[in-house]
Amino acid sequence: MRTAMANRLTPYMFMAPAVIIMAIALMYPLGYMVWGSFRDWNPSQTIGEAEFVGLKNYIFLWNDPNFHESLGVTLRFAFFVVTIEMIIGVGLALLLDREIRGISILRTMFILPMMIAPVVVGLMWRYMYHPTVGTFNRFLDSIGLPRVDWLGDYALTSVIIADIWQWTPFIFILSLAALQSLPRSALEAARIDGATAWQQIIHIKLPLMMPVLIVTALLRLIDAFKVLEVILVMTEGGPGLSTEILALRISRTATEFRELGVAAAMSNYLLILLLLLTVGMFAFNRWQEARAARLNALVEEES
Amino acid sequence: MPTIRLDNLVKRYGNVEVLHGIELEMAENEFTVLVGPSGCGKSTTLRMIAGLEDVSDGEIYVDDKPVSHLEPKERDLAMVFQDYALYPHMNVAQNISFALRLARRPKSEINAKVKDVAEMVGLTDFLGRKPGALSGGQRQRVAMARALAKDSGIFLFDEPLSNLDAKLRGQMRAELALMSQRVQKNMIYVTHDQIEAMTLADRIVVMHGGYIQQQGTPEELFKRPVNKFVAGFMGMPPMNFLDGTLDERAGDIWVTGDGFDLKLSGDIATKAKAHSSRDITLGIRPSDLSYAEDADPAQALTLDVQVSEYVGAQSVLLCKCGSAQVMVEVNSETPVALGQTLTFAVNQRGVHLFDRTTEIAL
Repeated sequence: MRTAMANRLTPYMFMAPAVIIMAIALMYPLGYMVWGSFRDWNPSQTIGEAEFVGLKNYIFLWNDPNFHESLGVTLRFAFFVVTIEMIIGVGLALLLDREIRGISILRTMFILPMMIAPVVVGLMWRYMYHPTVGTFNRFLDSIGLPRVDWLGDYALTSVIIADIWQWTPFIFILSLAALQSLPRSALEAARIDGATAWQQIIHIKLPLMMPVLIVTALLRLIDAFKVLEVILVMTEGGPGLSTEILALRISRTATEFRELGVAAAMSNYLLILLLLLTVGMFAFNRWQEARAARLNALVEEES
Repeated sequence: MPTIRLDNLVKRYGNVEVLHGIELEMAENEFTVLVGPSGCGKSTTLRMIAGLEDVSDGEIYVDDKPVSHLEPKERDLAMVFQDYALYPHMNVAQNISFALRLARRPKSEINAKVKDVAEMVGLTDFLGRKPGALSGGQRQRVAMARALAKDSGIFLFDEPLSNLDAKLRGQMRAELALMSQRVQKNMIYVTHDQIEAMTLADRIVVMHGGYIQQQGTPEELFKRPVNKFVAGFMGMPPMNFLDGTLDERAGDIWVTGDGFDLKLSGDIATKAKAHSSRDITLGIRPSDLSYAEDADPAQALTLDVQVSEYVGAQSVLLCKCGSAQVMVEVNSETPVALGQTLTFAVNQRGVHLFDRTTEIAL
């Protein structure tokens, strides 16, 4: 009797450490944030002292033009970086999916940017964009072109370029892996059927890579919504609000404006957005699996 | 349709030469089967004809025009792959019509063609299905239909039946034989299965170690193999080989070895007399031995029956002749008990002799 009980409890005992750590490290702060988002909360107060204001913070943000601006910047940033990174990353993968001498060194070099710490990337690009001593403007000087105020007039474009530089390799390696797992003989059959290199890409390679590409794009999108360090180091959100993405605004609302409740509500909005994307990704995976299972069932039924 | 000629075709991977100067001619509308064990170079040869592998040396001529510098699509050929190589994201109709759509043929023509070939291979009810929703045999038919739809003069098969189970393979083999009679094309078929080769081919090319060993009609290869490899490769169950020496006694020529002493007669005796070396290998097919208690001992083998494999109307007896193993194909009605020592008459026309060092037939 006692052993049977112990046996039944064993799996839970093994899971307990993970559950406890999850509860402390994930659920507790998350709950704290949700709770805090319903309060008018100043950093000098404990959360118990803060006044409960219901949905006031959410409604305030819903009507706050600065929040709209910040959300707009985030959406624009995410859209452009993911789109351009996908095009360049997949393009590079298609170009480098072949056996030539030194290709492995080339591939390793391409994924180096991804391995650099974001703060370092931010500092590096801030230096290169510097109006007088930066690499780009010195280069423009040397060929006699007028200087460009990279982090002033073109701040959002400049941070987008930096992000593309850092994260295109991510899409490149995943696309390359997808490409190399494509059935070789189907591509050979396409060559015999008369497909040019370009037609092979359009009709065979891209459609077969699509499941991987969709998941990759969603992963990058989720990441792009959360980006902080690179932009913080490069522009601190300026000039004005032109590069103030949501993560940055949340951090400033909490530290500079000392409105923890509003910051928490903003975090929740971002969380809801990311949750929708994640659910979308899982739904896509489930849909794919269900389709594969349905096909298998169909075949088995007949044989 | 076109003639194909391989002129001193060589393939090297780095420093390793895997094909050594293949010379081959394939006439119009001929069904040629390249057969051999794995690694013999048969698939490489086919892929070079298709343009999927570069030619290291030599030339491929189609209707006397060199083609080895051409892309696959410029060579007027269709191919069926071992793993079918269907496009998984397209349905059956799209798979079949892919080449035609790339060639921008008019829609009405494409539809008619798809309907035509689908009917021919029995896929009419499956045109809307994706390959993932088809069984192995149906996928094989799609691959066939896709190749047929192209209307090219050369038809290449790379072990098309080896992924099917035994029963389906037999059925598809028969359908293929039927199709090859109806469709007038120059077909080249690669397989490691000598039964497929025997049943389908107008001409068989046996390859081994990157060389062509012999080419000819199935009958020629079966009856007159030029060397020990071809003799052992063609025919099932395989030919028995017994090492022996030639010696002349009272004007007759005898083969003597461990457990046997056989008098030769007819053509083979003349050839044996003329041969310089005395060390030879005797080759006799299991079907050229027959159970005969009263056979002339000089024209028979005395064997210890060890195992009997019943395969229906026929049984294969595994016997010992000295220390060597010999297989005999007999009618299953033959009264044979295991452990018996029996006499089997040798069909003199089925006696093959090979030089023991060069392995070339006498």
